[in-house]
Amino acid sequence: MKTPIKKLLVTTLLALVFLGANAGPAFANSEEVRLDTAPINLRDQASLQRGAKIFINNCLNCHNAQFMRYSHLTQIGLTEDQIKQNLMFTTDKIADSLVTALDPQDAKDWFGKVPPDLTLVARVRGSDWLYTYLRSYYRDDTSPTGWNNEVFKNVGMPHVLHDLQGTQVLSKVGEKTVHGHTEPVMKLTLDKPGTMTALAYDAYVADLVNYLTYMGEPARPQRTQLGVIVLFFLVLAFFATLWLKNEYWKDVK
Amino acid sequence: MASIPKPAVSPSVDGLGGKILGWVDDRFPLSALYKEHLSEYYAPKNFNLWYYFGSLALLILVMQIVTGIFLTMNYKPDAKFAFASVEYIMRDVSWGWLIRYMHSTGASMFFLVVYLHMMRGLMYGSYRKPRELLWIFGCMIYLALMAEAFFGYLLPWGQMSYWGAQVIINLFGAIPFIGEDLAVWIRGDYNIGDATLNRFFAFHVIAIPMVLLGLVAAHLVALHEVGSNNPDGIEIKQNIDPVDGKPVDGIPFHPYYTVKDLVGLVVFLAVFTAIIFFAPEMGGYFLEGPNFVPADPLVTPAHIAPVWYFTPFYAMLRAVPSMFGSQFPGVAVMGGATLILFTLPWLDRGKVRSVRYRGPIYKGFLTAFIASFLVLGYLGVVPTTVWGQLPKNVPLLGGVDTATLVSRILTVVYFSFFILMPWYTKIDKEKPEPTRVTY
Amino acid sequence: MSAIVLNQVDPKKRRLLIIGTAGVGAVAAASVAIPLAISMKPSARALAAGAAVPVQLGTMEPGQMLTIEFRGAPHWILRRTPEMIAQLAKNDALLADPTSASSKQPAYIKGAGRAIKDEWLVLKGVCTHLGCSPTLRKEIGAADLGADWPGGFFCPCHQSKFDLAGRVFKGMPAPLNLSIPSYTFVSDTQLMIGEDPKGA
Repeated sequence: MKTPIKKLLVTTLLALVFLGANAGPAFANSEEVRLDTAPINLRDQASLQRGAKIFINNCLNCHNAQFMRYSHLTQIGLTEDQIKQNLMFTTDKIADSLVTALDPQDAKDWFGKVPPDLTLVARVRGSDWLYTYLRSYYRDDTSPTGWNNEVFKNVGMPHVLHDLQGTQVLSKVGEKTVHGHTEPVMKLTLDKPGTMTALAYDAYVADLVNYLTYMGEPARPQRTQLGVIVLFFLVLAFFATLWLKNEYWKDVK
Repeated sequence: MASIPKPAVSPSVDGLGGKILGWVDDRFPLSALYKEHLSEYYAPKNFNLWYYFGSLALLILVMQIVTGIFLTMNYKPDAKFAFASVEYIMRDVSWGWLIRYMHSTGASMFFLVVYLHMMRGLMYGSYRKPRELLWIFGCMIYLALMAEAFFGYLLPWGQMSYWGAQVIINLFGAIPFIGEDLAVWIRGDYNIGDATLNRFFAFHVIAIPMVLLGLVAAHLVALHEVGSNNPDGIEIKQNIDPVDGKPVDGIPFHPYYTVKDLVGLVVFLAVFTAIIFFAPEMGGYFLEGPNFVPADPLVTPAHIAPVWYFTPFYAMLRAVPSMFGSQFPGVAVMGGATLILFTLPWLDRGKVRSVRYRGPIYKGFLTAFIASFLVLGYLGVVPTTVWGQLPKNVPLLGGVDTATLVSRILTVVYFSFFILMPWYTKIDKEKPEPTRVTY
Repeated sequence: MSAIVLNQVDPKKRRLLIIGTAGVGAVAAASVAIPLAISMKPSARALAAGAAVPVQLGTMEPGQMLTIEFRGAPHWILRRTPEMIAQLAKNDALLADPTSASSKQPAYIKGAGRAIKDEWLVLKGVCTHLGCSPTLRKEIGAADLGADWPGGFFCPCHQSKFDLAGRVFKGMPAPLNLSIPSYTFVSDTQLMIGEDPKGA
């Protein structure tokens, strides 16, 4: 029986097993965009709080963060009352998770698919990717939304923050020679400024990405802190056991 | 019934402790076991760095079982809830993140330690007579471990879990005649689904762990029957002190190797905890990015590769071209690469055991073997286009991916280490073994 | 010649080193065991599910009882009639602990009525004997409970009797009065079970 799924499986397998025979250079070159380093600092609670607010005011309109509870935001220095008053719009129970008010069926009708859950997006994509992605939107009239992105070609999401960043365009700034043929060098330039300066927008996105990174793994600040103590203890344990070993091994001739 | 008095086995313990011990010893050979396996188990005194990994593997096994039990308390083997239950452990369960990272890091470290342990056996000829069964039990542990890791990797129910299992199960589908039915039987459904997850859970948490424990017990019993090999590859039992009847180059395992292994354990724990606390994803090698996306049967991730410990075999699988419209040859090569380890004790015809006294040909083959394993491991994680293509004007091979060609050559190297062994170990110019261990 | 030569042994030093290493090992073992043990405590989800529960009182008639689930156990809200309240003071002779000296209840619950407002009785509906849930038997002098039955709760498992303030009768299998959860009036018509009154 050859169901479509089965065909898909077999094709996948064959493609995997014989990638060598089939894959063209497109495979290696598709992600050549250089990523900027995101200025992540999970100890900066002010930044995390700003990021949480940005996330809830913008992203949560369409995306879920269903594995994250509002109550967990106390970990970034907010009080329960602050969370209830400033950040909770779709529920009144503080232990509820961050779920959008958007109906999934509506989302499907409007965007063609349900926007992905963002709880773990920083672990899937990486902070640098997110930081670059949110700053790499440009105007593209050929795309259905009117927007395209340098690190996410033909992205489904429009540039939600364009009021703040302004409108970028991708334009040719020069040429370079690659493997004997010339290729245009493309660069993003600001066409119409937004309400924020470039610097302020970068800081805004940095706060958001900082928060997304925290949300991907809330235990991370605690983890690294604890790690230092554990390693310090193990250094002590090393000398203790080494001393014991050397004492006994005096007997071995 | 009058009890037959036994000779006191532990005269050093007196007082109440001694009485309790005596009571136990009359009913269970506690002191006798202690003597046989620890205080009077004589091990060669010249163990080096390579000899830490056996006890470390045992430690990791215990750790995996303990953390696994605690994960099971909160994990749900149900396709609808599995992914969310892992995030629940990471966020809502107190210390759940630590337990989960210990388990996920432990899996990779288990393989690292076991690979180094096997490498040791290979180098010092620890598989040679009379240790053939010891070696075979070890190989079986390795196979069980691979099964354990494979079943366990499906449980987080992320994209890599799903598609990794998809590919491996379809390998069984490549077996001629019965393959398709076999794959369906393994999955319990037409596609990987809830039934597959549920049975993999059963295998991962109970079936394979029991097999592993049994094999580890057999491995240890066999080891204590024949005694440990050592870096010189000579038998310490052939040089017995006529006065006390102990091997002159042997020392009691306890206290000498217990205290030494403790040092190794602390160093290992330092590495282990550094990974857990500072790099639990290990750059995507221990926990892969796409596995933080819930399993989606309709979308395959752009680049999927098995976890690093399987990649040498995966590279071989990819390197072997399809024949007669079937990918079975690749599957057979991959299976053969693990099964051929079993035959090692009967392939080696050298007179000496340890690489220290082997001739240049063996050393060359061993080096090539290790290099091929490592490079294949690397090639298994990257796309086959990583090194580009050969120029079009090269006869026969023009346009072939360089990495695929290299994988093919290295697969041949890997197998020739075994297949040619009876020949090259016989003609090699070996050095004489010493009569006493070098310490 | 054996490999072990015991001519440099300082048993005191060795004992000290063993004790030291064992101490380090004990710390290590504890620091693994403690997180494992703590992980078995209620998770953030369980705590969230055990958060305070609101109860609407608006539609309840005098004499009516409402049973709600709080932290997995039945909890009762009984709207006592003036007659029921008056009866409570006459029960002392029947009771094991009329002042609730040893029962489990918040500090702000006082007196024979065992309630913040005597009209509203809030009880954890679990018998203090072995955990069954008693039934409300408000009819005075019920045939099966004796002529002196003043109305109360009766546990079907082992026949423990409690009055309408949840106080246990003398000589019953149940050792203590029924316990009272923390609760507070948010308004005249709404209770929060699981939350202390402000300032309590």
